[in-house]
Amino acid sequence: MAKVLMKGNEAIALAAIKGGVDAFYGYPITPQNEVPEYLSKHLLANGKVFLQAESEVAAINMVYGAAGAGKRVMTSSSSPGIALKQEGISYIAAAELPCVIVSVMRGGPGLGGIQPSQADYYQATRGGGNGDYQLIVYAPESIQETIDIMKESFDIADYYRNPVMVLVDGLIGQMMESVDFDKPVKERFLPEKDWATNGTMNHPGKRNIANSLQIDPKALEQHNIHLQEKYNTVKKNEVRYELINFDDPEYVIVAYGTMARICRSAIELLEKEGISVGMIRPISLFPYPKEAFAKIPDKAKGILTCELSQGQMLDDVLIANNGKHKVGFFGRSGGMLPDPEEIVEAIKNFNERVVK
Amino acid sequence: MTVKYEKTKGLTDKPLSYCPGCTHGIVHKLVGESLVELDILDRAIAIASVGCSVFSYQFFNCDAQQAPHGRACAEATGIKRVLPDNIVFTYQGDGDLASIGIAETIHAANRGENITVIFINNAIYGMTGGQMAPTSLIGQKTTTSQDGRNQADHGNPIKISEMFKTIEGVAYLERVAVNNPKNVIRAKKAIKKAFKYQKEKRGFTMIEVLSSCPVNWGMKPVDALKWIESDMIPNYPLGVFKDKGADDEKN
Ligand SMILES: Cc1ncc(C[n+]2csc(CCOP(=O)(O)OP(=O)(O)O)c2C)c(N)n1
Ligand code: SF4
Repeated sequence: MAKVLMKGNEAIALAAIKGGVDAFYGYPITPQNEVPEYLSKHLLANGKVFLQAESEVAAINMVYGAAGAGKRVMTSSSSPGIALKQEGISYIAAAELPCVIVSVMRGGPGLGGIQPSQADYYQATRGGGNGDYQLIVYAPESIQETIDIMKESFDIADYYRNPVMVLVDGLIGQMMESVDFDKPVKERFLPEKDWATNGTMNHPGKRNIANSLQIDPKALEQHNIHLQEKYNTVKKNEVRYELINFDDPEYVIVAYGTMARICRSAIELLEKEGISVGMIRPISLFPYPKEAFAKIPDKAKGILTCELSQGQMLDDVLIANNGKHKVGFFGRSGGMLPDPEEIVEAIKNFNERVVK
Repeated sequence: MTVKYEKTKGLTDKPLSYCPGCTHGIVHKLVGESLVELDILDRAIAIASVGCSVFSYQFFNCDAQQAPHGRACAEATGIKRVLPDNIVFTYQGDGDLASIGIAETIHAANRGENITVIFINNAIYGMTGGQMAPTSLIGQKTTTSQDGRNQADHGNPIKISEMFKTIEGVAYLERVAVNNPKNVIRAKKAIKKAFKYQKEKRGFTMIEVLSSCPVNWGMKPVDALKWIESDMIPNYPLGVFKDKGADDEKN
């Protein structure tokens, strides 16, 4: 397939099909509606499953069911909808079932607004569900990158038997770009799903059970330790980030997704004024690219975290920086997008931005 | 030596976790027997819900999933849509189905999901220690309706079979009880018929089973069975509410 011009949400849907999705369960919410709309047409036409559920709560539990049955399953939603899905997400993570969750963030809290936002960083990386669990979270900055990650996310979910979240915002969902769907995906060895609950006729002599109940505290602690070991493997193998303009930067910006795009323009403007600013662009939010921070030159004057929120990833920046450099914050929220010039100003007046 | 009676292969050898005199066990047996007699055990997937039957994934001798409280019908839908030739059933209490999971249950029924729901109506929340259920009877004392349920504060007991009768997607719906041998035989027929209809891909099937909870009703097991007869059945009349198979034959 040659390059095609496509809207972000539709590209997410087509990339899911390319990634081998068998079933989609979801509930309408702006600004992600083009994802289910596209899939409803193209999945059903190809003998796959599409179902509009009665709620996000039902949708994520349908995902649980079909994932447990061994199929490639996804859902997509936006902020308040992802909030409702947290119960099911916790159960899916606990039962170690693979699935892909697309989260197209909008402004919050509450019903909030429908404009692009990054205020669900905590929701994605800290979880709103109960218990010690983690999602594997990717936050692409372009439609092309979203496509590449979407396609691969089904393999990653299967490989780790863990839900993968693809976290974008309304801007990526709504904008159009010229994209290529045929970039090869990294090969992974994916074992047979011999754990799938698809009837003992498929695995005679053995009953398969998808379950998160562990009534014995000893067994539950062992399960928790096992999950942590898995997350540690993820931390070792799946970190992704990009370093931009990193030879001898005076300041370093940390930004992801749409905010990283805006910061790229700011960095160009600053360059013209003779101020060299680099950027760490986390692509994986869990695992967080802590190691990138070791590459910041000692003499850099500070790190500016830029987010479309009141400061959530900031926590991870402070942890990764570990007191080495001054850390500042610049954020807009509620669906407001900054001009690159605002970030230029924030860098020039860095000392006013310092939080720690 | 001739074998007169054998435990059904539809259940595992794991000892049941239910209290002495509880009729959950009888219903398990009827489900297990039906799966074996219809020769569908090896393609069955059970959905255990949250309540006293939470461990039922250990008892039904087939593949199983354990669902969050109330979500069994959504989980069953998710499975059945990707595995339409398997047999998928849920086993849910009245708190699970009629309270927190009412939306999931109604919509699965309305879509005519080809699944079977075994709905245990014991008029109480058993597992959490005897709180009021949406199905608790007027006047019934529970730990959260200590002066007895009353209509003004709590509303009337919810009649699930009467409600679901109106839903087009329902193919078979019957209310049975397991308080005496005659009723147990009827319950068995109903459960088996529901699974047979699922095998024939006729749509959503549900069997509401009036079941005892001697422990939280504060009764001896025998008195609990009598209470089903004297108090529950008059409020929840037994019978077939919907039978699309029979309707088809008539037409
Ligand atoms: C989300 C959630 N809320 C509450 C509970 C606590 N809980 C466990 S069992 C139960 C009631 C079950 O009652 P019922 O469905 O009637 O089944 P029974 O125990 O009577 O068989 C409740 C409220 C829970 N596990 N999850
Ligand atoms: S609490 Fe009631 S419903 Fe639960 S097992 Fe005991 S008797 Fe049965």
